[in-house]
Amino acid sequence: MISVTEYKPQEEVLEFLEKCQSVYIIGCGSCTTITHTGGKAEVLKMKESLAETGKEITGWMVIPTACDELAKDALKEAGDEIQSADCLLIMTCAFGVQNIAMFTGKPVFPALNTIFIGKEQTTPGLFSEVCRQCGDCVLAWTGGICPVVSCSKGLLNGPCGGTDEGKCEVDSDKDCAWTMIYNRLKDQGRLDLFDKEQPPKHYQSGTRPGKITIQ
Amino acid sequence: MVIPFKEILNSGKFIVTSEIAPPKGTNLDNTIHHIDLLKDKVDALNATDNQSSVMRYPSLGLCLLIKEHGGEPILQMTCRDRNRMALESDLLFAYSRGIENVLCLTGDSMVVGDHKGAKQVFDLESVQLLRAIRLMESGEDLGGNELDGVVEFCAGAIVTPEAHPVEPQLLKFKKKVAAGAEFFQTQAVYDLDNFRKFMEYAIPLNTKVLAGIVLLTSARMARFMTANLPGIFVPDNLIDEIAGAEKGMALQTGIEIAGRMIKTIQEESICDGVHIMAIGREDRVPDILAAAGL
Ligand code: SF4
Ligand code: SF4
Repeated sequence: MISVTEYKPQEEVLEFLEKCQSVYIIGCGSCTTITHTGGKAEVLKMKESLAETGKEITGWMVIPTACDELAKDALKEAGDEIQSADCLLIMTCAFGVQNIAMFTGKPVFPALNTIFIGKEQTTPGLFSEVCRQCGDCVLAWTGGICPVVSCSKGLLNGPCGGTDEGKCEVDSDKDCAWTMIYNRLKDQGRLDLFDKEQPPKHYQSGTRPGKITIQ
Repeated sequence: MVIPFKEILNSGKFIVTSEIAPPKGTNLDNTIHHIDLLKDKVDALNATDNQSSVMRYPSLGLCLLIKEHGGEPILQMTCRDRNRMALESDLLFAYSRGIENVLCLTGDSMVVGDHKGAKQVFDLESVQLLRAIRLMESGEDLGGNELDGVVEFCAGAIVTPEAHPVEPQLLKFKKKVAAGAEFFQTQAVYDLDNFRKFMEYAIPLNTKVLAGIVLLTSARMARFMTANLPGIFVPDNLIDEIAGAEKGMALQTGIEIAGRMIKTIQEESICDGVHIMAIGREDRVPDILAAAGL
């Protein structure tokens, strides 16, 4: 599983950096390195392009894993460079941004948008969203394919009328989740599951934001 | 005197419904003109609900307008724009104002319409909305609370006989019947042989089916729909017929085709009736009916 990110438009980044003369840049050695949005190479490139706009870069680092506890120690080591900057520009996913904000107490600005938690697929480099942690899992009825994520409307009782030749009405390159579910259940001889009427989902199950203490 | 749609459904007569699109704005002139033109010629008029995800005057408002003008409305309700609470409360309102027919739809995706950045809801979908109506009729809402005064609706749904593959659609069709759909208005059908096959599946389900008749206005439109709209297939012979029409006569040919299809469906009792969608040419629905001999 990785946290999948993409670049925010540069104008947006420059807009929130407007009042900051000096910037410290932080990337992540895990997910954003894999996605080429916040590894060493991208951090250095960002440093260069910000310097071109007249910003002073007090330093940069790539934390091995920006979302874990150890990030705290890495940040401490660069204490002076971080503290002397007006703000931090973060090239990690939003988990890392929040971690760094908490550990440093500095103004933080994300350079990236966090778009989904991706599962690596068999095609090299392909990651896709397969679960949105809804707290009321229906995979038992759907042949192990998640309609909450894979169907554009999150339908629970079968396909809409917009499906065509196995593709979805919103994008002819996207597979229709309910055609996939139908095919899987049919192959497994379990089409009776399709007939089961699913009640409305419980959208308030579990606490949001989620929180758990593991003993 | 307006005859309730439910009575018509069970009367054994050949049923004819059509639809009215509400305006994009508050100018109701054209809409009222269409209601006046059609209300006595068809058994009920559907009021579309932000159709194709394009924001318009609400279907509830249009239903009231249809009633004020002496027609029998069918309230189209999609699950795209309202959560279960808003849908239930609109159902209470509809019933209290004498709107007795509801067509339960999931609704198109937000991205196909004119508010692409809006949040789409889909808290419920068609099957669950049908079930919600039946639950409310028993005196309870979806939160498990008792209602002070219940609703009673004639509830319907849609089905796409020309979907590819059709099997998953048929399973959902069956689910809709089980959830309480009393009638179905289908997506456009043009190939009556395919439709007859679909009806072989539908008849044992013991529900009322109104075949969707979408007026073809030009060969270009027919080709476009076949190529781009899911679940719509216009056979070549019909496209050729319109393409071969004399200059300026394409629409007239489309009207004749629609009339002919309706006539065949009625004469051969293929299904219980038709639902005519004249998208943008509501003024020609009477001509279609005349061509059908109705
Ligand atoms: S239903 Fe889908 S989103 Fe919900 S927990 Fe299961 S896989 Fe995740
Ligand atoms: S086409 Fe399939 S995946 Fe797309 S919204 Fe409809 S049912 Fe869902």
